[in-house]
Amino acid sequence: MNFMTINRDDIIHVADLARLEIDEESIQKFAVQIDDILKYIKIINNLNTENIAPTSHAIVLTNAFRDDEIKQYIERDALLENSPEKDNGSFVVPKVVG
Amino acid sequence: MKLYELTIKKAHELLKSREISSQELTRTVLDRITEVEEKVGAYITTASDSAMREAMLADESIAKGNMSELTGIPIAVKDLICTKGMRTTCASKILYNFIPPYDATVISKLKKAGAVIVGKLNMDEFAMGSSTENSGIKITRNPWDLTRIPGGSSGGSAAAVAADMCIGSLGSDTGGSIRQPASHCGVVGMKPTYGRVSRFGLVAFASSLDQIGPITKDVTDCAILAGVISGYDLSDSTSVPRDVPDYLSSLTHGMDSVIIGVPKEYDSTEGLDPEVSAAVKNARNVLENLGAKCVDVSLPHTEYAVPAYYVIAPSEASSNLARFDGVKYGFRDKEAKELLEMYKNTRSKGFGSEVKRRIIIGTYCLSAGYYDAYYKKASQVRTLITEDFRKAFEICDVIISPVAPTPAFKIGEKVDDPLTMYLSDIFTLSANLAGIPGISVPCGFSSGGLPIGLQLLGRHFGEEALLKTAYNFEQATEFHKKKPNI
Repeated sequence: MNFMTINRDDIIHVADLARLEIDEESIQKFAVQIDDILKYIKIINNLNTENIAPTSHAIVLTNAFRDDEIKQYIERDALLENSPEKDNGSFVVPKVVG
Repeated sequence: MKLYELTIKKAHELLKSREISSQELTRTVLDRITEVEEKVGAYITTASDSAMREAMLADESIAKGNMSELTGIPIAVKDLICTKGMRTTCASKILYNFIPPYDATVISKLKKAGAVIVGKLNMDEFAMGSSTENSGIKITRNPWDLTRIPGGSSGGSAAAVAADMCIGSLGSDTGGSIRQPASHCGVVGMKPTYGRVSRFGLVAFASSLDQIGPITKDVTDCAILAGVISGYDLSDSTSVPRDVPDYLSSLTHGMDSVIIGVPKEYDSTEGLDPEVSAAVKNARNVLENLGAKCVDVSLPHTEYAVPAYYVIAPSEASSNLARFDGVKYGFRDKEAKELLEMYKNTRSKGFGSEVKRRIIIGTYCLSAGYYDAYYKKASQVRTLITEDFRKAFEICDVIISPVAPTPAFKIGEKVDDPLTMYLSDIFTLSANLAGIPGISVPCGFSSGGLPIGLQLLGRHFGEEALLKTAYNFEQATEFHKKKPNI
């Protein structure tokens, strides 16, 4: 498998995917630090993992079922309480399309 | 002895015999917080008024003869566990004003048991860190040496217990975040088996690794608190439907029936402090003298645990932290004119450096073209690490190791070197990858007077063997009795 090293442009691209705006100083710093970390991570490539099933959860549990009952959760107003901007029972956000 | 120095067990006995009231006990703990908070910096929020109200209710309940082991006991909670009506910040600017409309299941359980919640404790932002220096709110200092870190990410939880600023606390552990600060602060901390304690209401960092657990002054208190918070919860689909044993009844003397595994890979760990190594060897001798049998075991994939972890944990974090977008709760950048700009500004101003670093690593590992090379590969390595433990536990009951390679380091020492900081998690994070339980118990002091912790790891749902071993060790030694001078 091909482990690339990460560069300045990758940091900007990935930050954009993650909806982060990063200043020039942090881009420089992150590029060096994250490159070091990824180079270190690369040692997992020394292991042959062919035919090894991946683990996504340490405890094997299949299908956590419960009865489908209607329950009153938390009141709408209580859930909206923490919102930075709300109106008429809804969350308000800046405009999405021009 | 001052009342704030009491253990849960001793305080319970005094409350039960009516020699003290919960209001007296809670008041002395709140006064103690006021006295030393400026030095230690363990609390983000103290809840004096609600704590005194809860103490009054506890006293009324005790007067009616209605009490559990936790009734009237002042407990503090890491600030990423939701407390209804009480600010829960995750030590992040992005949640600086978040007041949860509900209690986490562990909080409901504490309240049902009659515990008094005295406040919320400092941590690394979103639990990402090993020193609590990544808190977006404040610095926490190690009560044993105020120039040093308390460990992390549950640094506030461990420092508060060590400095007697609560009787016991809750932390969370994703890669060692309960055990490592407990070790650095000379207290007891346990990460239960994955699925043993409900994560409902725990703000998620890495969902397949996170687990809530107790930090306490001794092993008996650890057993009490673990018993209260454990158990199946319908609100957490990864919680395991399995009865909770009476952990207190596992605290029996005698180690004759216990086989202790000593991993051969751990001795050659780079950067392992000779004093830590000597303290763990001494602990092994103490346990052998108590009747335990020691055998060599092998965990051949040990060197791959840190790299696998630092793919899996940031990947899960990058996904979990996508929810902090300035819409539903917390901070929003109100200057932004458009939605995308609002997301970006909010997240960029709200998250600290380490959180951004991990979001970027995680997003990179999960991004198109890299998923197989990083996330899938790391998840396969996770299987191999889990297998190592399964094989080791075929011939032993408990695995013994250091918690951290060194005692607590100086504040600022590793802050610009994230990789070195990550490497200090070498002994703890395998347990999270494998989902097994682990406990840290005091086992010595460095020549500079800093606490050293012993880690015991067990089989899935093998908390009883850990508590029994830790209890026998504690009863045979004096380390847990020493207190820091603040």
